[in-house]
Amino acid sequence: MLNFDEMYDQWPTSVRPHYQGYQSWLAGQSDAIMRARRDEAEMIFRRVGITFAVYGEKDEDGSGTERLIPFDLIPRIIPAHEWREMHQGLVQRVTALNHFLHDIYHGQEILRAGLIPAEQVLANAQYRPEMRGVAVAHQVYANISGIDIVRAPNAKGEGQYFVLEDNLRVPSGVSYMLEDRKMMMRLFPDLFRSHRVAPVAHYPDLLLETLRASAPLTTDDPTVVVLTPGMYNSAYFEHAFLAQQMGVELVEGQDLFVQDDYVYMRTTRGPRRVDVIYRRVDDDFLDPRVFRPNSTLGCVGLMAAYAKGHVSICNAVGTGIADDKSIYPYVPQMIEFYLGEKPILHNVPTYQCRKAEDLQYTLDHLAELVVKEVHGAGGYGMLVGPAATRAEIAAFREVLMARPDHYIAQPTLSLSTCPTYVASGIAPRHIDLRPFVLSGKTVQMVPGGLTRVALKEGSLVVNSSQGGGTKDTWILED
Amino acid sequence: MLSRTADHLFWMSRYTERAENTARMLDVNYQTSLLPQSAAVAELGWQGLLKISELLPSYQALYGDITPQKVIEFMVKDEDNPSSILSCLKAARENARAVRGTLTTEVWETQNQTWLEAKRLLAQGELERDPSQFFEWVKFRSHLSRGVTVGTMLIDEALHFMRLGTFLERGDNTARLLDVKFHAVESDFFGLANDQDQEYDFYHWSAILRSVSGFEIYRKVYRDVIQPDRVAELLVLRHDMPRALRACMDEVVHNLERVCGSTDCPSCRLAGKLRAELQFTSIDEILANGLHAFLTQFLDRINLIGAEVSREFLIPS
Repeated sequence: MLNFDEMYDQWPTSVRPHYQGYQSWLAGQSDAIMRARRDEAEMIFRRVGITFAVYGEKDEDGSGTERLIPFDLIPRIIPAHEWREMHQGLVQRVTALNHFLHDIYHGQEILRAGLIPAEQVLANAQYRPEMRGVAVAHQVYANISGIDIVRAPNAKGEGQYFVLEDNLRVPSGVSYMLEDRKMMMRLFPDLFRSHRVAPVAHYPDLLLETLRASAPLTTDDPTVVVLTPGMYNSAYFEHAFLAQQMGVELVEGQDLFVQDDYVYMRTTRGPRRVDVIYRRVDDDFLDPRVFRPNSTLGCVGLMAAYAKGHVSICNAVGTGIADDKSIYPYVPQMIEFYLGEKPILHNVPTYQCRKAEDLQYTLDHLAELVVKEVHGAGGYGMLVGPAATRAEIAAFREVLMARPDHYIAQPTLSLSTCPTYVASGIAPRHIDLRPFVLSGKTVQMVPGGLTRVALKEGSLVVNSSQGGGTKDTWILED
Repeated sequence: MLSRTADHLFWMSRYTERAENTARMLDVNYQTSLLPQSAAVAELGWQGLLKISELLPSYQALYGDITPQKVIEFMVKDEDNPSSILSCLKAARENARAVRGTLTTEVWETQNQTWLEAKRLLAQGELERDPSQFFEWVKFRSHLSRGVTVGTMLIDEALHFMRLGTFLERGDNTARLLDVKFHAVESDFFGLANDQDQEYDFYHWSAILRSVSGFEIYRKVYRDVIQPDRVAELLVLRHDMPRALRACMDEVVHNLERVCGSTDCPSCRLAGKLRAELQFTSIDEILANGLHAFLTQFLDRINLIGAEVSREFLIPS
């Protein structure tokens, strides 16, 4: 299979132009120095407590596991002209997705136009009838979107960007983007003198601006809070980090209560009104009166306050319908339908197994395809054909045939690689990119995003829960 | 500020202070045990230490007879013992982690580093190699934690709740230490006049003083030989002795008044009353009615203040 490496035109002799400065710097660093920097990075991450918790696991000393996400020293570099196009494509895509969300909870024009079969939206578990007719600020539902972008070689061997997945519920990882940059600047200040790397540290400012812009119109000085499931959640570090960086309270469900359809938090000086909730809790847990009745992570009565427009929830309830894998194939059509534009960023070609012909094709080519469950996330519940055994494929075939409408299939993309430190030295490892797109009054983002890297040789799974690491991402200005 | 946040801050400081005081008591007992003395007297010291923390029954259930190694192990690294130094450092760190966004980076990293280092030191056998040095390390981490708190935190509610936790805990711990040490003496060799016992007396009282960093202070304040009633006065009534009950209550009242914004909330009233009694009473009056009775009552009342602070600010219904 063809491979596209971000740094090397030809490994390890010919370096792409935008990596030349870095490569010559790297050539001048001894192994011992780079090893010392890696140790230093790990020591700092541990001391600062930049960890993610792993549910149900115990350390050798019996305490709950807090793991470091491996951080790789070699940055992923993207030239500015590539980023400019990606930036436009992201604004376009997220704008269309927000139009779609507003539409399906109001006029449903896209369904009436017959572009998407109505039952695929309305009968989807991610569609929230509670949101029908509910008004949200600026008609923006996904205020914070994490769009997963991969790069794969085309027939000519050129790298081409594809959107693999839209994350519109509670996308995480932005704190690693920020901490990775901080770490790189601390370890290698000289690199930042010799390279014009676009800064990312203003992300919390943009986020706060976005959240404040989403407040109910009745207040001009809104109180914003971050709602976390608590310190044992895997992304707790990020929740605390963002709250601190924005200077707002980090609340848990138990800190909130609703009275007369307004939301309050319990403070040392009595109840205080809350206007905007940046929630890092899934829809299902937000309000036990409306969703899961046994949830203790949310707040009783929240949805009633929300429906009356007394509080804003970001992201809005019900965004899951737009990032569902069964809806993903329609995003290019949404862009044309709502914006009258040609999509700038491409989807990965996708077979919808609910269609007879697509199912047949998928069954005939299981060994070459990636088959994904439409509601799955985190790299679970999927088949990677080329990496699966005969028996695994046979077993998956049964599962697929029993519920074809639960699956989509895509060609196995050879994700681009980036040189990465591994036990044996520097070797190519597959990567992806998650830019974070903020939508409030306008659509904004910081240049780049979080680069995730699959540390196992040949692996295409970059999720941190499955042994992925991260890299600093540089948008290199011309 | 969120009530839950204030609660975590308050307990973070309490646990840090508790770890320090446990290290102080263990260190003094360990130092004392190096002096020539009978096995019975030595055992009495270790037993007293367990009594201070109300842990004698749970120790005996788990470890049986009292030996210095076993008591030290129980009080330092037994995670099933909620008062062990390791448990306290862990609880302090977990509370800090729950509100890390409210703390300055320096305060959080100090708490986190203390916990990580403590696990590393214990795993490497540093406690067994040199107990005193380990206790010294715990004390210094506590000094550092307080210093970095006062040196970097905004002077607002968050800081006041942390300070409140520190001084309520310290007052409680000093009272317990005094109670057990005076109790031991009254029942065994207090007042007996032979030479050897006088010598014991000296080491007994100087050990108490050292455990609260008060030996040099005693000399400076009284410029005289060490006498039990003065030791009691120093540790109960002096406003200028930082670990004395009076000094702790001064700080408790000060921080409570900042938190409530006036002086007439239920917590302030309870604390103010207790502080006033310490201010206007003499050591002779206290000793006349019995130090043990006084300290028992003090512990009850400081406990009550803690409960009232919780009800009023930390866990409002």
